[in-house]
Amino acid sequence: MERIITYAEAIREATAQEMARDSSVFVLGMGVDDHVAMWGTTAGLQKKFGRMRVFDTPLSEDAMTGVAIGSALAGLRPIHAHIRMDFLLLATNQIVNIAAKARYMYGGAVKIPAVFRSVIGRSWGQGAQHSQALHSLFMHVPGLKVVAPSTPYDAKGALIQSIRDDNPVLFIEHRMLHAMRGHVPARPYAVPFGRARVLRKGSDVTIIAVSYLVPESLRAARLLEDARIRAEVIDPVSLSPLDMRTIVRSVKKTGRLLVADNAWLTCGAASEIITRTIEHFQGARLPVPKIARIGFQPVTCPPSRPLENLFYPNPRTIALAAHQLVRGKRRWTPRGEISREIAEFRGPF
Amino acid sequence: MNSSLAVTLYRSLYRIRRVEEEIARVYPSDKIQSPVHLSIGQEGVSVGVCEALKRDDVVFGTYRSHALYLAKGGNLKKMIAELYGKATGAAHGKGGSMHLIDVRAGVMGTSAIVGTTIPQAVGYAYAMRYRRERNRVAVSFFGDGGVDEGVWHESMNFAALKKLPVIFICENNFYAINSHERARHLHSNIVERARAYGMPAERIEGNDILKIFDRVSKARARIVAKKSGPAFFECMTYRWREHVGPDEDYDAGYRSRRELAPWVKNDQILRVGQLLAPASRAKIERAVEREIASAFRLAEKSPFPKARELYTDVFA
Repeated sequence: MERIITYAEAIREATAQEMARDSSVFVLGMGVDDHVAMWGTTAGLQKKFGRMRVFDTPLSEDAMTGVAIGSALAGLRPIHAHIRMDFLLLATNQIVNIAAKARYMYGGAVKIPAVFRSVIGRSWGQGAQHSQALHSLFMHVPGLKVVAPSTPYDAKGALIQSIRDDNPVLFIEHRMLHAMRGHVPARPYAVPFGRARVLRKGSDVTIIAVSYLVPESLRAARLLEDARIRAEVIDPVSLSPLDMRTIVRSVKKTGRLLVADNAWLTCGAASEIITRTIEHFQGARLPVPKIARIGFQPVTCPPSRPLENLFYPNPRTIALAAHQLVRGKRRWTPRGEISREIAEFRGPF
Repeated sequence: MNSSLAVTLYRSLYRIRRVEEEIARVYPSDKIQSPVHLSIGQEGVSVGVCEALKRDDVVFGTYRSHALYLAKGGNLKKMIAELYGKATGAAHGKGGSMHLIDVRAGVMGTSAIVGTTIPQAVGYAYAMRYRRERNRVAVSFFGDGGVDEGVWHESMNFAALKKLPVIFICENNFYAINSHERARHLHSNIVERARAYGMPAERIEGNDILKIFDRVSKARARIVAKKSGPAFFECMTYRWREHVGPDEDYDAGYRSRRELAPWVKNDQILRVGQLLAPASRAKIERAVEREIASAFRLAEKSPFPKARELYTDVFA
């Protein structure tokens, strides 16, 4: 029988199981021990494992990231949690200048097994500084691994993999994913990095979707059925390393690639996925596939609901972009509305 | 002071001074292709602190850490080879002078970004508490420039809050690159700021290696006896050479040779050397010179890293 739990519960379960398995794993972050418990992802952990292994921190992202790195140098395995990815910018010096480079610039003498959890926000007017998705910033830097699972199954497995990995890992969640439900085995298991997941098979167009745009793209794929377009939807799960084999295999089949990134497009994950795809086809002397991308509008995220809705891709706009790739300029008006979890979201933030 | 301590201090001081003088001598040949930030004049702080530590203690430093690395027992041959960019270097030629490490000696890394290693020392100290390691401390070295960084304040606060076994050593040489502390701080009161975070803090004037050794020894004893959380020392010292590079810079206009004079007169190497019999001093010096010559010879004849090394150790 399928065991159905939420994405947030999957994260909590992965953390608790790894902490029970390995006494060097600990959790730090603002609010990890409060009543919100990062929306349940850290609920009950302090009671179970004590204050040394689960603790609230001062509002000092820079130093606390350094503390996590220092503890990792000493052989511990910290999980540093951030309630919003925007705050991660305050930790970027330690992550980019030390965590990413220590292994290399110290000639292999040390390793930094640290997990940096962060959450992309959306909806209810969270606005400019509670909505940023900065995964491409970290994909840019050698020495970092970047994962952004979209299903509860992958959330649990990828977090376990992140904790067991001997390198710094950016583990990226999305606030709209936390309540989503799915099959999650009770036993601990690791989802290896660098293996994309084909979530829906199709032959007309490949949609590579990132983070929250995975469920949105699956909805888009259902809309496309009305136009008799069969979309293949793939979640890379890990953005760095990136599983180009699975992506290229799919694009060879469909001849069309749409990347739906839950982020801005310029210098983004979409740019990277598309470039590598073209490089592959060119290198193999194959005709270059038809290509498009969709993501945040190139502006700061506004809080006002009508503007916010225009800012983000949604199942309808994703479906339209895919339709255009397949059918060209022919007009098509898909049905489709703003997804329920966005329309109904009232917090907690 | 017992004479074996004087011998130990003198050997370490003299060795560091001579290593750096040799680096400065070789530098114009372009065999060392790495920016060097020499500690000449500041050796007393690193040596005074590190002689008060145990082998299992760890230190974290800045880009000016030749002295710290050597004082804590870092491998000299590997350091020189690293400056030469050779495969036999401490980081196989992938770190350079600013990223020295010797894990076996407890030198846990140095960084070019001012202030970045401070919280790592604190985090390492957290791990010591986490594992209930009783007879160990972590030591963070930074300059008066590092104090300007926000991370310094954040790190002080957290170390004090959790009563961590960490000793903070501020090497106040008055300058952040070429900017005097006067231009950056309204009051010269670094030690008072540390005290405000809730830890014992003391300012030690005049590069005084014996006082530094004494105070750090006592602070370490209190910390490992769990009678104290972190401790802080502001050690007043002076950089004799330019910020980066092998030369002096007293004609550059930002400081005068007159400012240097009292520090040269008060050179800790001369001071500790005078505590030794001339014969014993000469013996130490001869041994050190042999060791240095051999380290430079090894660096010279070591191979550069192979091309494939470019791609190793990106990930563990």
